[in-house]
Amino acid sequence: MAIIERPATEPVVAPTPTPAPIVTPSEAFGTFRRPVETTGWRAWVFTVDHKKIGVMYGAAALFFFVVAGLEALLIRAQLAGPEGTVLSADVYNQMFTMHATTMIFLFAIPMAAGLANYLVPLQIGARDVAFPRINAFGFWCFLAGGIVLNLSWFLGGAADGGWFMYQPNASVPFSPTNGVDFWALGLQIAGIASLTGAINLIVTILNMRAPGMSLMRMPVFTWMILVTQFLLVFAIPVITVAFFLLTFQRSFDAAFFSPAAGADPLLWQHLFWIFGHPEVYILVLPSFGIVSEVLPVFSKKPLFGYPFVVFSGIAIGFLGWGVWAHHMFASGLGPVSVAVFATATMAIAVPTGVKIINWTLTMWGGKLRFTTAMLFAMGLVVQFTIGGLSGVTHSVAPSDTQQTDTYYIVAHFHYVLFGGSVLGFFAGFYYWWPKVFGKCLSERLGRWNFWLMIIGMNLTFGPMHILGLQGQPRRMYIWTTERSGEGFFNLGFWNLVSSIGAFILAVGVLFFLTNIVHTHRKGAPAPLDPWDARTLEWITTNPPKEHNFDRVPTVSHLDEFFHRKYEDVGEGDAHDLRAVATAEEVLAAEQAQADAQIHMPSPSYWPIVVAATLPVIALGIIYGVYIVSIVGALLMVFGIFGWAMEPGTAPDSDFDPSPVDDGGPTTELVRSE
Amino acid sequence: MSDAATLEAQVAHDDHGDHGGHGGNGAGHPPTTTGLSHNKLGMWLFLGSECLLFGGLISTYMLYRGRASENLGPDQIYDLPFTSVSSFVLLMSSLTMVLAVSAAGRKDVRNVKLWLTVTALLGATFVGGQVYEFTSFYREGLGFTTSLFSSSFYALTGFHGVHVSVGIIMLLAVVGMISRDRIPGDRAEVVELVGLYWHFVDIVWIVIFTLVYLIPA
Repeated sequence: MAIIERPATEPVVAPTPTPAPIVTPSEAFGTFRRPVETTGWRAWVFTVDHKKIGVMYGAAALFFFVVAGLEALLIRAQLAGPEGTVLSADVYNQMFTMHATTMIFLFAIPMAAGLANYLVPLQIGARDVAFPRINAFGFWCFLAGGIVLNLSWFLGGAADGGWFMYQPNASVPFSPTNGVDFWALGLQIAGIASLTGAINLIVTILNMRAPGMSLMRMPVFTWMILVTQFLLVFAIPVITVAFFLLTFQRSFDAAFFSPAAGADPLLWQHLFWIFGHPEVYILVLPSFGIVSEVLPVFSKKPLFGYPFVVFSGIAIGFLGWGVWAHHMFASGLGPVSVAVFATATMAIAVPTGVKIINWTLTMWGGKLRFTTAMLFAMGLVVQFTIGGLSGVTHSVAPSDTQQTDTYYIVAHFHYVLFGGSVLGFFAGFYYWWPKVFGKCLSERLGRWNFWLMIIGMNLTFGPMHILGLQGQPRRMYIWTTERSGEGFFNLGFWNLVSSIGAFILAVGVLFFLTNIVHTHRKGAPAPLDPWDARTLEWITTNPPKEHNFDRVPTVSHLDEFFHRKYEDVGEGDAHDLRAVATAEEVLAAEQAQADAQIHMPSPSYWPIVVAATLPVIALGIIYGVYIVSIVGALLMVFGIFGWAMEPGTAPDSDFDPSPVDDGGPTTELVRSE
Repeated sequence: MSDAATLEAQVAHDDHGDHGGHGGNGAGHPPTTTGLSHNKLGMWLFLGSECLLFGGLISTYMLYRGRASENLGPDQIYDLPFTSVSSFVLLMSSLTMVLAVSAAGRKDVRNVKLWLTVTALLGATFVGGQVYEFTSFYREGLGFTTSLFSSSFYALTGFHGVHVSVGIIMLLAVVGMISRDRIPGDRAEVVELVGLYWHFVDIVWIVIFTLVYLIPA
């Protein structure tokens, strides 16, 4: 909108958003007029506001979470009883491939991107991200990639090679539909989203911190997002190469992965896992950050050993690059490689253990409040530890060789990914919902949501340890009674338990969706500081105004907001907190010194235009109609030129004359020299 | 697809705005925390990412360089004198790029346009040489699918050629936009950012030329 607002100077006690008249660009210095709408769908589609983009990321990711969850339910329905008839072998392969791909690339990465988009600028005291239009472009790339990926369901069948798409199993002779092509190109497009988003967030975090916000005063969530984005910047190009080689193999008859032509199929495995293992930390570190925010708030204690948590996060990021071959112990790497990678893998348990200890000691002796957010955060600490321990058993190569391709692996990575990423995200949802939407999610429904999900996940994934150690292979689409064994460890019983658990889990998620609807229909406006929070994002209204902060706060402490509210009057080692200001007073003090003029970036057509050309190019390649790809590429070049010539923030000459001054919150033109 | 990202990073040049401002006075560039501009930091990150892209392609080539069909291997097919000359041309373009950046720093618009155009022409000479090289290899029977060596050779050098081509488009676009005064933001910085990209592409070629052409298979 390029809103240039002058906020009211009198202290505003309650978060009452007063709509200010908006100055709109009348003409743009580019090919089209700028979009100017502030309401309706156009306000969302052409927005460059990091908060709207964050909400769109979250909504789309949640949609894909439900889709991938339904795929999981179909898998568990097929395996609930002997001789399952729900899915054919072929559709079953597509189902587990798309379940994993969707959960990882279209739920976990974008959900973290959405939370980061919304919260990182608020946590560091910035008014937007460094590259607002690239930010919008990233979101539309992710959505375009998700659509291309899932189009395959309707165009001849989805990819069926597993999310790791091992070669040559996924080459044309063994996977003749276009599914793998849609998969490779859809993820390629989603990869652009991750890469541009990562560059944007790193620059934002390094370059746009509020005065006084040194690196070691940054909230841990922002820290973990920073580490994650560095992992993305360096991991995405590797998988990009792998996807290109796969596309060349399938669409242009190259033989990069065909043993018949003398190729080495392990090339794919190396490229994939050099991306794939950092990817594991890309999935889980954002949730570690969320938990590190939630636990201190609801324990009313600072995070125990903040530098240790930060540095162990960085250590995990570094070590994560040196362990990829532990996914390949069974491929015959040779004893030296196996020993090196096994040792490195064991080492990574150390920084992870440090975090677990820090979280536990944060709660130790604190005044615990068992809100839903806190329950989910504690759930993560417990469940992730279980997953981490089974992970350590995999680092022991001889043991891993036994467990490779069994359900024991499935149990492990669901404990770390569901118990780690997903529980962390849910803690974040309940914690930040009032910040984003101005209403607290229902705690009553939240408890149902939490307990059903915890019970459901343990029933679903717990028995998989038993199934795996008994030898049930992964990706097995059917089992029979004769071969399922007898007694306590018979596979039939535990498969049934696991399936029942999956449906309990689904009911838990249903409670969450109900909670969203219920809250938005009936929920009361949230107080300004519902949780007695500690970090900068709470020194503004709920939801924040378009420009986030009336005045960019000056930071003098870690947990700045907490230090403005409380004073430590204890002596020596005794801590005795005394409230010195309410959240409303802190906000009012900030608003009293509001900036006179705030210049925000303007919305643009170009991000969605450029992103929309990518699926066109992809479809042309998949169906071999290269003229379509060429037209798409030309449109993209056109869009990039339009983008390049359009100033990010509309200049003064684009604006209508400023409206009359009515004494209230006004908008006025900035006169820049 | 990464080439799309290349341009993305380039067109970012005007996205720095003054919205992160300390006081938001709307004029000039607000100081950033690190002192580096958003665009330059973003470009360095993008180039860091590109290292891994070429790293993956170079690894693939190194794995497959020995797996050629008879008489069409690296030792038989390369024309070293020819490629050395075109490599020299590409490296010289880095020199002219430096002259363009230096002229931009002095706000010497005429020389900026001159040296950017010369850089683009040298780059185009290199790409032309690559097209000639690919054509002659193809005539000798080395198609994209002939052997693992040929597939990985064309993939690696082709990706590099596309990067150079994108660079040429950016150079000429900057020349055109300077002529019509259509560059939003800091003009000298835009030239410098294109320069960073261009030098990176040259450095990658030094690695490729050494590993692919100079070291015997």
